[in-house]
Amino acid sequence: MIRLRDIRKVYETRHGSKLVLDGINFDLTMGERLGVLGQNGAGKSTLIRLISGAEHPTSGAVERNISVSWPLAFGGAFQVFLTGIDNIRFISRIYNQEFEMNLAFVEEFAELGAYLKEPVRTYSSGMRARLAFAISMIIEFDCFLIDEISAVGDERFHDRCNYELFEKRADRAMIIVSHDAAYIRDHCTRWGVLHATKLELYDDFEDAYADFKELIRWKPPPGWPNVEVPTA
Amino acid sequence: MDVAGTENQPLKESWAVQVRILGALLVREMLTRYGRHNIGFLWLFIEPMIFTLGVTALWTAAKSVHGSDLPIVAFALTGYSSVLLWRNMPGRCIGALWANLGLMYHRNIKVLDIYAARILLEFGGATISFAMLSVLFIAIGWLEPPEDILKVAGGWLLLAWLGGAAATYLGALSHESELVEKLWHPFSYLLFPLSGAAFLVDALPPTAQFYALFIPTVHGTEIVREGYFGTRARAHYDLGYIIPFCMILSALALVQVRKLSRRVVPE
Repeated sequence: MIRLRDIRKVYETRHGSKLVLDGINFDLTMGERLGVLGQNGAGKSTLIRLISGAEHPTSGAVERNISVSWPLAFGGAFQVFLTGIDNIRFISRIYNQEFEMNLAFVEEFAELGAYLKEPVRTYSSGMRARLAFAISMIIEFDCFLIDEISAVGDERFHDRCNYELFEKRADRAMIIVSHDAAYIRDHCTRWGVLHATKLELYDDFEDAYADFKELIRWKPPPGWPNVEVPTA
Repeated sequence: MDVAGTENQPLKESWAVQVRILGALLVREMLTRYGRHNIGFLWLFIEPMIFTLGVTALWTAAKSVHGSDLPIVAFALTGYSSVLLWRNMPGRCIGALWANLGLMYHRNIKVLDIYAARILLEFGGATISFAMLSVLFIAIGWLEPPEDILKVAGGWLLLAWLGGAAATYLGALSHESELVEKLWHPFSYLLFPLSGAAFLVDALPPTAQFYALFIPTVHGTEIVREGYFGTRARAHYDLGYIIPFCMILSALALVQVRKLSRRVVPE
């Protein structure tokens, strides 16, 4: 179970303190998948980092008694001057896993062929995403954090990712943040909308989506689309 | 299974994790810096050896005055190796966290591990370089074997402690202020001639001796030289100054790392 209690996160910036998250509370148990909708800059990635433990809240507490992944789609901290294989070896060491087995899995899943022996900096963004995802799958976490996974890769890759995550690992807990509403609708069991530092929780996607649309709706200028362009 | 997020584990297990993490970081660091091309990780100590040989040659050619009857080769080897030891550690730790921010997603890896790995690597490089050049010079007869090898090791470890503590402190400070990096370069260059590498305290006038002994690196270098040359070097140092100095610096460093760990924002 993951438990967030009264999470508040403030960043000190050049323009003073910026409150990013405030009064965030929720519990997540195994098998539950929480989808969080939010605009750019709403604090989705900050929320993910706080849950992952890579960053600490300004106040409040994140309790975890299950293992939590790093944010998927993020490179698992690739060292881009090292080869794909060296990165796999590093992650295997950090998590005390058998390297040979992991290498075999990544070779099979990422379909990078001989490129695994090249430095990661020579990879395209799609290739990096494949490697990152494959590496994320070699550690069997109880909870997976997924930050905009649908942003990269081709359709075949998406289908394989979805199979690995939502079929083979359907018993795990997951937190998915995205602006892709359809992805979140299809794969989650609970939903949340992050807006103006607050997280609102929903049991029904349509309710969440309706509120989200209302919050982020673009308000056209009066008279649009027949606005006269001012001339100099 | 031993996966991330194992909090409150027994000490023995924590230690095993710590060793594994440092080992993995060391390999990663070595591969990143030296790669697998040409001589690979041998650069770790070949590079400091080239430095030391160059300085030894220059000082010999210039017949550098150091105020004692010690052979110039011996003087340069002990002096410049000591400089490399304490100077490279902060150089490698400043800005180190920026280059490794992504690693903060792996909860077994702490900020201190990043610095520890780089400090160990520098320590290894400088030590191998110093040892190999010593053996080489002794073998060809340019240098007498050290009179008290334990004292050499003691002085060397003291310098490493000083360098490591300074590296951790400056590394952690540099994450939040670019000034550290900007100022460290001139500071380390200016400190070099004052560090005890280029003079023996005994050869200085008494007033200068008094001030020289405020510089912490002088103490370590003097101990290394006393170990090497015994009474011929007439070393001046005060363990009652340098050890508390290192302890306070280490405490400051750990406090700074702790503050930084709470605030660090991964990419």
